[in-house]
Parts: sequence; C-alpha cells; structure tokens
Amino acid sequence: MVARSSAGVPANDILRQSALAGLLVFGLAVALVGVRVQDGSAATLAPLDFRFDDVFTAAAAAALGRFGVLSLRAGLHVPVAAGGAAVALVVALAQWFVPAHPLRLALLFDVAMPNWLIVAFAAFLALCAAWRLRHAPVAVMQGAEARESVMDHVGAQVQRIARFAGPLILLLAIALPLMPFADRRLIDVAILVVTYIMLGWGLNIVVGLAGLLDLGYVAFYAVGAYSYALLAQNFGLNFWICLPFAGIMAAFAGILLGFPVLRLRGDYLAIVTLGFGEMIRIILLNWYQFTGGPNGLTGIPRPSFFGLPFTASPPEGTHSFHTFVSLIWPIEFSPNHRVVFLYYVILTLAMITNLFTLRIRRLPIGRAWEALREDEIACRSLGINPTNTKLTAFAIGAGFGGFAGAFFATRQGFVSPESFSFIESAVILAIVVLGGMGSQIGVVLAAVLLIGLPEFFRDLHQYRMIAFGAAMVGIMLWRPAGLLAHREPTLRLPTQGGPP
Amino acid sequence: MEYFTQQLINGITLGAIYALIAIGYTMVYGIIGMINFAHGEIFMIGGFISIIAFLLLGLFGITWAPLAILVALLVTMALTPLYGWALERIAYRPLRHSPRLAALITAIGMSIFLQNYVQLVQGARIKPIQPIVTGGIEIMRRGDFVVTLGYLQILIVALTVALMAAFSLLIQRTSLGRSQRACEQDLKMASLVGVDVDRTIAQTFIMGAALAAVAGLIFLLHYGVVDFYIGFHAGIKAFTAAVLGGIGSLPGAMLGGLLIGLIEAFWSAYFSVEYKDAAAFTVLVVVLIFRPTGLLGRPDVEKV
Repeated sequence: MVARSSAGVPANDILRQSALAGLLVFGLAVALVGVRVQDGSAATLAPLDFRFDDVFTAAAAAALGRFGVLSLRAGLHVPVAAGGAAVALVVALAQWFVPAHPLRLALLFDVAMPNWLIVAFAAFLALCAAWRLRHAPVAVMQGAEARESVMDHVGAQVQRIARFAGPLILLLAIALPLMPFADRRLIDVAILVVTYIMLGWGLNIVVGLAGLLDLGYVAFYAVGAYSYALLAQNFGLNFWICLPFAGIMAAFAGILLGFPVLRLRGDYLAIVTLGFGEMIRIILLNWYQFTGGPNGLTGIPRPSFFGLPFTASPPEGTHSFHTFVSLIWPIEFSPNHRVVFLYYVILTLAMITNLFTLRIRRLPIGRAWEALREDEIACRSLGINPTNTKLTAFAIGAGFGGFAGAFFATRQGFVSPESFSFIESAVILAIVVLGGMGSQIGVVLAAVLLIGLPEFFRDLHQYRMIAFGAAMVGIMLWRPAGLLAHREPTLRLPTQGGPP
Repeated sequence: MEYFTQQLINGITLGAIYALIAIGYTMVYGIIGMINFAHGEIFMIGGFISIIAFLLLGLFGITWAPLAILVALLVTMALTPLYGWALERIAYRPLRHSPRLAALITAIGMSIFLQNYVQLVQGARIKPIQPIVTGGIEIMRRGDFVVTLGYLQILIVALTVALMAAFSLLIQRTSLGRSQRACEQDLKMASLVGVDVDRTIAQTFIMGAALAAVAGLIFLLHYGVVDFYIGFHAGIKAFTAAVLGGIGSLPGAMLGGLLIGLIEAFWSAYFSVEYKDAAAFTVLVVVLIFRPTGLLGRPDVEKV
C-alpha cells in the first residue's frame, strides 16, 4: 500500500505511526459515522443518532492494523502471526457466538460486515507473517518493482497463451448455455458480462488504440438503444434491420461530437466527452414528446429468430420459434429459448467487435491510431492527418457502442435515461484500464471481475458498490498498468533484438 | 430589470459555490496533472459534516446564527480536509509515477467508494435542515415583484470573497504558496531545489478540501438539504468551471465558477430549467473550440 522500507523500523516509530493511523481514522469517522442524521430530522425532536462506540472501534482497529503491518515489515514475524491469528479468532468467535452481549456491542461494530473485515484482515496478516516465517526473507518480493516485473511477465505469458486459449474460451462461452448447471440466472449474468465485454472492446478502440480519453462512451450506447427503440416503435422495423442503423446513428453521433472537439488534447477532451454524455442524458430526460422522458420507452419489440418470434402460442397460421423447430425436432416451448438466443446474439456481436479490432490493428488506419497515441507531432510530420484519424477511431468505437445499445434495448424491452448515467461510462472505462490498456483478453478478465463477480453478491447490495469502488482502487494500486498489461509491439524489426 | 437583478444575485451565489470547488480541481490539476474526480465527494462530505455540526449545536441550544455558522465552519474545515489528505495518501500518492489513466481510475473508484460510504453510514434520504439565516434587504420593487438581497446571499458572497482573497494571498506571499507554485511549474525541478514535493501536494489536497468543505456548508445554507449524491453534479459543474477558466489557473477557476453560475441562473430564468446543465456544457464546448486552453489558461507549448 505504501512505500516499503525493508530495514527495521524503531519501536517507538511504529507506535507513533500506529497512533497516528488511529487518530486519523478517529477524525474521519467522528462526524460521519459517530453521528447519524435521522431521516426527516427537521421535524423530529431528537434528530441525531450517536454511535461513538463504532468510532472508537474503527480507530482502535486502524491503529492495531497499522501496528500489525509495521511490525510485519520490521520483521517481527512470530508475534504478528500469533497476534493476527488471535485477533481473527476472537473477533470471529465473538461475532458468531455472542449475538448481542453489551460488551460485544461496545467493543465491536454493531453490524456484522465490518467485523468480518477485521477478521479477514487479521487472518491475512497472520498468514503473511506465517508465510514469511517459513520462507527465508530473501524470497519475499522486494517492493513494487519486483511485483511489476513479475506481473508484466504474467501479462506477456497470458497474451501468448491467449492465442491458443482464446478460441478455447470462446468454445466454452458457446457451450455455456448447454451446460447442465446453466440456469436462467447464470445466462442472464453471462449476457450482462458479455455486453460489458463488447462495450469494453468498443471503448478500447478509442482509449486503448487511439489514446483518446473518452468519459462519455455511454452516450453512444444510449444513442444506439434509443435509435433501435424509436425505429422499432415508430416504423415497426425488426431488430436485424435496426441494428446497423443503431450503429450508424451512434457513429454519426460520434462524428458530430468528435468534429469540433478532437482538436482538444488529453483532459480537455475528457471533460468535453463527459459533458456530451451528460447532455445526451439530459436531452433524453427532457425531450419527453420524443423519448418518453424519465419514464423512457416501453414495449420495445423483443428480437425474433430470423422472423420467428419467441412466443408460446403464435397466431393462427404463423410459426413461432418452437413450433417451427418442432417441424424437424419436437421441442417444448420454454422462455429460456429467448434468453439463450440473446446470449448468442451478444456473443456474436462481441466477437465481431473483437475480430474487427484485431484485424484493423494490422491495417494502416489501425497503425496510425497507435502511432498517434504514442506521438502526435511525429505523426503529423509523417503526413497523418490527426483529426481524421482520431475521428475514425471515435466513430468506429461509437458505432460498436451503438450496436451494444440496440442489443441492450431489445433485451430489456424498455429503455430509460437512468440506464445511461456517468457511472456506466466510468465502469466501462474502468474495465478497459483495469484489464490493461489495449489488451483484448484483459478486457474479458476485468469485465468478469467487475461485472460478473458482484452479480453473485446481490444479497449484500448495500456493500456492493462500496466494494466495487474499493476494488477499482485496490486493483489499480496493486497493478497500475492494468492486470494484463504487456504492450507487445505490433511491428518488429526483422533483425534480432528489435526495439527493447 | 428587476427580474434580471434577482437572477444576477442568484447566479452569483451559485457561482460562489462552483468557484470554491473549482479551486480544488484546478490546484490539483496544476500540480500533478490529474483530474481529482473524488473532489465532488469531498464537497458532499463537507456538506454532511456541516449539517451534523448544525444539528449538534441545535441540541446544545446554540441557535444564534453567527456563532452556529462560525462553529460549523470551523468544524467542517477541520474535519473534511482529513478526507482530502487520506484520499491523496491512499489513492494517489502510490500512483504518482504510474500512467495517468491509473490515477484517473482510482479517482473514480474513490468517488464511488465515498459516495456509497456516506450512503451507508448516513442513509440515502435527503437530509433537510431548518433555515439558519433568513431575511434580507429589499432593493427593488415593481408591483408585486420584489427583488431581495438575502442576508444569506450577502454572507455567502462575503465569505467566498474573503476566502479567495486569503487564499490568493497564501499562494502569492507565503513559503507554502511559493513551493506550490514551484511544484506547478516543474515537479522534478522543485524537488531538486529542496521543495518537499510530497508534503506540498498533501497540503494542496488539504487546502482544496477545506475550500470544498466551505462550499458544502454554503450549499447546505443555500438549499437547506444535503444528500449523498450532491457531490457528483456539483463536481462535474465545478470541473467544467475550472476547464472553462483555464485549468491550472486560480483566477480562471474563480472566473469560470462565476460564469457557470451565471449561465445556469440566466438560462433557467429565461429559457428552460431542464436544459441548464446542457447550457453550461455547450458554453464550455464553444469556448474550448475558440480558446482550447480555456479563458485564462496559458497555451501550453508542446515539445517533441
């Protein structure tokens, strides 16, 4: 977490730093945790709730934790292992067996989750200490640099393996709905994850390849979704006809935005794209004659299997999916057919995005993007038109966002501006950056970690977003370049050695 | 004319809030070149600590407005910067030599974290408070339409102007300000001539957070409510203000904040309330097209 000093730290320095950590947490928590403003407080007589015991618990836990970490760093392995294990055991037992004893309520947090966090942290510390005790301290990774080089190696390995494993993962993904354990919920989560993978790949063209920081990617997603919804509702067009239109509309929105602003550099571009994303949301929210306003659009037609609807009882004389298939192979109607079909649709769309990206990197335009990312002035002097090049990246990335948006609309059956807030853009960007910029397989990994995993912890919904934010910070601190970052040069000199 | 004057007063009040937050953005950007996305949440936390301070004072029977405001101001300016400091220490300092996008992602992550942390410990409902400063001076009247200059608005503007004056003085006259300006020009060079860069950056975050805390207090006084979500919008607006004025420039942040406040007030008054946010962003885009580094920003020379 912080700069490591491998040398021993004097004992009173450890005590001082631990006390400071406790004080800091006390100061952080004393107002916000210690005093809770009750709802509707302006009217009630006692508007405040006091929880100062929790503040002291938090401060003590912080001081103790810091003490443990510093002692571990100073080389006190045995005491830390013993102390950590003892704390973990005591807190866990208290949490389990002493449900509401006043002493426990005074010493520990009133709610379970932070207590379990203490247990987890203490146990982790104890394990670390025990591990270092067994292995000679020489084997311990020294500092962040060693970790970086190890992880870079891992990233390179994964990218090498990905060439063979990629098709395997794809096969697994194709086989997923046929697995015996695949229930409706799993497929739903899989659809969500693949949607984000596709969005990540689309944004990767803009951010990873062309190096343009786009904080408003969700705007194109929204344009695609609303394009499909409006076209389908007003003109009765089906999904497959609308899909290209949705992409084209989104790409057009990308050009419309990109044309004036792509002269801007770096963070100016970031804030303008962010503003654009918000503007699209505001327009969707307020132009209610056209977009339905905050209520959104409902009754968006569900996709059909090349004209065959997924309905239980089709009108007389027409076929639905299961009656048609029954002509060849008798099957029962099941609502899962549509879900599985949707899964394959988004998987196909995502794979198209992936293939497109992989191929376009080899084309002159793709090379121009990457060159532009590295050095704009050098590109200019080589005769590359930066504005046009950026504009294509922007438009293509936006187009894929639009496809994903159309898919989103048809899956949900309704769209509303709520689904297209800034947080979505942030999540998509986080997927791209966490995975390791420009790495296709990294996007998959990050999407599974950030989108798939939390879906299975829906029960802990009040802690879910906190954990999400903490995970974003934690992963970035642990690996600033992204999980699988390893930038392979797309061009090598034919001679031995090449660029370092 | 009367209507115009009233909107002018409203716009300046709003602009004061944005300007105070924008200073935090622009200072951090000027020194370490990153968008501190979590700054809006610091503002929100400042607002929450203020409401807690007011309600606690009310519990002790202190309701005399000047004293209550003074105490709340001191409390929030003392406690909120701890969050700013912790934010820098935990999320940004370890990434100082990393790719710039990494720090942006941790900033967004911290923003999500702080927002949900406050939602968890304080609840999701909006927290109202009884008006503390009421009344005002009637300055114009035509028929039924009365233009009032509220005492609250006078207080807000006076507080903002005083803080900004003190702040500009701090930057220009003290050794702390000198080291900040040195860091802004060149981080590496500053450390070579003996400026403690880590310390200076930490102080920058603390100062920015203190100003954001005051903005939170003003927001609470002005609107009478806080909730865990106010940080996001105010943050975006304030960042827009900082960019509009030219990011990295202090007078630019003040000017930009004021302009965004005025644009919002007048747009809501004369055109439509719904599109006031869109108006602010449109103005930003238009200004950036003609002046790519903002109104008062230095054009940065790109070197190979």
